[in-house]
Amino acid sequence: MVKEAVDVHMESKNLVVRYGSRVGVGVGGGVNLPLYRHKVTALIGPSGCGKTTFLRALNRMHDLTPIARVEGEVLLDGENIYASGVDPVLVRRRVGMVFQKPTAFPTMSIYDNVAAGLKLVGIRDKRRLDEAVERALRGAALWDEVKDRLRTPASGLSGGQQQRLTIARALAVEPEVLLMDEPTASLDPISTQAIEDLLLSLKEQVTIVIVTHNMQQAARVSDYTAFFLNGEMVEFGPTETIFTRPKDLRTEAYITGRFG
Amino acid sequence: MKRLYTHFGDRIFATLLLLLALGVAALALLMAYELYRGGSLALQRFGLLGFALGREWDPVVQKTFGAWPYILGTLIVSFSALLLSFFPALAAAIFAAEYAPRWLAQVINFLLDLMAAVPSVVYGLWGIFVLAPWIRDKVQLPFYMWAAEQAPWLVPILGVPTGYGLMTAVLILASMIIPYTAALARDAIALVPKEHREAAYALGATRWEVMRLAILPLARGGIIAGTFLALARAVGETMAVTMVIGNSHKLPYTLFGGAATMPSVIANEFTEAVEDLHLSALIAVGFLLFLVSMAVNFTAAYVLRRQERLVKGVL
Ligand SMILES: Nc1ncnc2c1ncn2[C@@H]1O[C@H](COP(=O)(O)OP(=O)(O)O)[C@@H](O)[C@H]1O
Ligand SMILES: [Mg+2]
Repeated sequence: MVKEAVDVHMESKNLVVRYGSRVGVGVGGGVNLPLYRHKVTALIGPSGCGKTTFLRALNRMHDLTPIARVEGEVLLDGENIYASGVDPVLVRRRVGMVFQKPTAFPTMSIYDNVAAGLKLVGIRDKRRLDEAVERALRGAALWDEVKDRLRTPASGLSGGQQQRLTIARALAVEPEVLLMDEPTASLDPISTQAIEDLLLSLKEQVTIVIVTHNMQQAARVSDYTAFFLNGEMVEFGPTETIFTRPKDLRTEAYITGRFG
Repeated sequence: MKRLYTHFGDRIFATLLLLLALGVAALALLMAYELYRGGSLALQRFGLLGFALGREWDPVVQKTFGAWPYILGTLIVSFSALLLSFFPALAAAIFAAEYAPRWLAQVINFLLDLMAAVPSVVYGLWGIFVLAPWIRDKVQLPFYMWAAEQAPWLVPILGVPTGYGLMTAVLILASMIIPYTAALARDAIALVPKEHREAAYALGATRWEVMRLAILPLARGGIIAGTFLALARAVGETMAVTMVIGNSHKLPYTLFGGAATMPSVIANEFTEAVEDLHLSALIAVGFLLFLVSMAVNFTAAYVLRRQERLVKGVL
């Protein structure tokens, strides 16, 4: 394999997240994981192994969970997002997130959903909003399906469309990193396909971290894969290596379907 | 065999539930009918509209009965109390649900529950002995004196500063319904799925922006329904209001002066109503009150149902 020049966009250093006294992720010395710029990194592992916990540490979502404590560092372009004086609101504008359940704001129109983040950063100009909304919806491969009903409530969309709407909403603010927690878990195969296709085109602009239960999906969409087990980050490497020549026996057992 | 038996048991249980539910509905209808029958003498004499809109209530000399002063009093007192309590209640709910640290939220919730549990006669006593004299001396009298010199046109609007009247009743009632509105708003806010607030936070929203984007739009129906339930309570509240409102049905009502509501006139005059027509007129007031309460409750139920569907559609 040709070694390509890659640069680290985000990186966790000795990261441990605790819920009260119990470790959510970071067993065995904390997680050290690089996330390469404009690549897709997949986090895989059986449920309860700490994937979501790790992901939420990357944009300070644990700040919202009173019992969660984060130790170690998360560097974004070399700067620790947990350093004192860093505003989590600004971190989240640079590191967007898409959840497992579609979370379109149901009382808002499709347009307003996508514009919501832009309005938060103070963009009011109608022309700029229109352009950004269209760009984001095209980016999320939703534009053609909704362009004639932008002003109708988002609750009228199907689950798959709503999930792409939340992706568009996250993209509209032009984040550098997009975190996705099992974004296709509640979707039908066709919507899943649409979102997987989308990931491949999105990585030209953003660094993507995707949690998935589905190993085929990880193999299809990701450049790098990290395998988690019982709160420990067991192995990280190029996806191809992880799936064909894993170093750790536990990784091998998982990808060959012996547990999980 | 066992399955059949369970099935049979289910049916008995279902039938029993249905009967009980029908019983409750029948009771409500019976009550409405009895009120109507009891008030029919007055209603027939003056006509339903004539009775509801009549401005004269004179059981002694003219023996004529119009409920308008009481309806008006009820409307003014309830809606003013609702307006006055709405924002403090909403603020308390939002603060307890989203801003306060957990221990403080628990304290606030405990106090709200306590406020809701205090019997209304206690509010009334507090109104008579504490609030009314204080308002009279510290608010009404100074303001009245000032108005008399500086803005005499205000005097007829203010009325006599006795302390026992519209203003005190509104204040007491507002503090009585705050816990209702607040508790229901709090529940509506708590019902908003966690994913929605997190989605807003993940967009880089501040706490207030999360409120505005994700929480309030979904909780709105529940908050409105809570407001209607608070209104229903305000409309029917009897004891505390009767104790401080001054019980005067002389129109026009003034800010400081006495007033009367539908429940307060019933409570006040029931024991002294010896003549059939007078008694019947009081029962007819009860009938109107019943109708108003029903309307408010149905509206609340309707809004609540829509809200539930909205939140469920999301989940
Ligand atoms: N809010 C929470 N409070 C307490 N424990 C939690 C919380 N969220 C997750 N955990 C625990 O942390 C561990 C990792 O969970 P999670 O990160 O959700 O796993 P995954 O996403 O891989 O399924 C699990 O043992 C889970 O029970
Ligand atoms: Mg998870």
